[in-house]
Amino acid sequence: MASVDRELRDKIPTFEKAGAADVGNWSSAASTLSILKGSRDVTLILVTAIIVFGGAELLLRLFEVPAYIAPTPSQVVWALITDFPYIGPHIGYTLIELLVGFSIGASIGFVLAAVITQFPLVEKIVAPYILLLVTTPMLALVPLLILKFGFGFTPRIIAVTLASGPMVMINAATGFRRTDLAKIALARSFGASTLQIFLKIRIPMAMPMVIVGLMIGSIFGLLTAVGAEMVGGSFGLGNRLTYYSSLIQMPQFFACILVLAVIGISIYVFFYWVGKKWASWES
Amino acid sequence: MSQNGQPKLTVANATKYYDTGTGRVHALDDFSIEVQEGELACLLGPSGCGKSTLLWAMAGLHGLSSGEIRLDGKPVTKPNPQIAMVFQEANLLPWRNLIKNIELPFEIRGQRPDQARIDALLAEVGLTGFESKMPRELSGGMQQRASIVRALSVDPSLLLMDEPFGALDAFTRDEMNLLIQQIWMETRKTIVFITHNIAEAVFLADRVFVMSARPGRLARIFEIDLPRPRNLEIFMAPHFIELVGEIKGSIDHKPQVQAA
Repeated sequence: MASVDRELRDKIPTFEKAGAADVGNWSSAASTLSILKGSRDVTLILVTAIIVFGGAELLLRLFEVPAYIAPTPSQVVWALITDFPYIGPHIGYTLIELLVGFSIGASIGFVLAAVITQFPLVEKIVAPYILLLVTTPMLALVPLLILKFGFGFTPRIIAVTLASGPMVMINAATGFRRTDLAKIALARSFGASTLQIFLKIRIPMAMPMVIVGLMIGSIFGLLTAVGAEMVGGSFGLGNRLTYYSSLIQMPQFFACILVLAVIGISIYVFFYWVGKKWASWES
Repeated sequence: MSQNGQPKLTVANATKYYDTGTGRVHALDDFSIEVQEGELACLLGPSGCGKSTLLWAMAGLHGLSSGEIRLDGKPVTKPNPQIAMVFQEANLLPWRNLIKNIELPFEIRGQRPDQARIDALLAEVGLTGFESKMPRELSGGMQQRASIVRALSVDPSLLLMDEPFGALDAFTRDEMNLLIQQIWMETRKTIVFITHNIAEAVFLADRVFVMSARPGRLARIFEIDLPRPRNLEIFMAPHFIELVGEIKGSIDHKPQVQAA
């Protein structure tokens, strides 16, 4: 064995140590690079933001545009600060609708995707209805839902569920449909049960697409929640948009839009991070 | 050979048809071999001759249309803990790091990983220190070495290898063949190794089973009497070259057209 071993090392110079060093160097170099690149990117992003918002501020003041047409960024931020006691609770209402509706919709969507992709015939039968749900704007149903459930949380949560669930489902189903026979055979060769194959092979393999579905589904949920609030009821950020625009209080109106933008971006960043953590193997 | 003289692995009259979208494929035809305990047997044949079909049947991953596979005299109809398989390309799970990949069989069986055995195997294949690397960070050869450790970690008595080094470059392939010989000489496990590379088969095998093109039939058996341990110089030895030439001449390249 020893002689074979030595021979192996003689013949193949990149057998052990060299390989180790390569991988080590590669990853450390890559991480240093990404930090440098990261700080440069951040600087560029900040400079651009200052130019955009500073420029808007400057131009709006220069041409003396009245606040009811377009408030300056500083007026918007100021309105957000001074009127936060009035706006704050509505942020909470919108987030509750989004969170509850999305949780229900995403759970149903995920489970449905996992189950129906195992039965091709069922999938064929169900697919048109899912497509119908995905392509129909759920906002159109809100007046109907309000008639049935009143002006409370219920119609909005139902709308968010209907908007986000099918989005999650259609993407998760794409993930679950990817079958790698060799990986399933591998698990089976070690005696894995159907459930184990599902938990250890199919779900991790579907994960990247599931996360994409969650991201799109939650953004759609947010849009639908705000839209539903604009249709009826007396609370939520969407309702505040209607309220402030009817009073021509544009700084407050834009303050609400700013809040919505921050929520949307936070959702995106959150799922981006989740994807990096759980699905970074695929890229 | 085991005490009672019974072969380790018996393939008796294995026949397999596949039903595909375009019709019926006759993959294996009345194929019978016996592999002895501790033997390193190579199944050699052109692409599409049913080698993998046969190996997957040996692993209990799919059934035969007729015929039987027996391990130690008992029919193999489903995956068996005594049998481990190494797949084409490494077939590591890309979302698990190296050590988590190796622990997969233990996880599936609800056992605690045999840490001492895993560590010894990792050291033997030169992967100590790479436990936390993800598969994409490893070279093809390293990935395949990890998959060999995964298969051996559960201490199977029969190791099935399905063209494991087909995707590797020639240098890495030589390195891997030396490693297989070394592991085999130390553990004396029964190994069935599939390849379409004649030199690889002659280098590794005690016996080479040559298969004909579809439907897969046993064409000839060659005893390889080269002394062990074999090193890379053997590729130049006249007897080696002679054996390779003889095997090459025995391979029937024309697939038989036959209505099934």
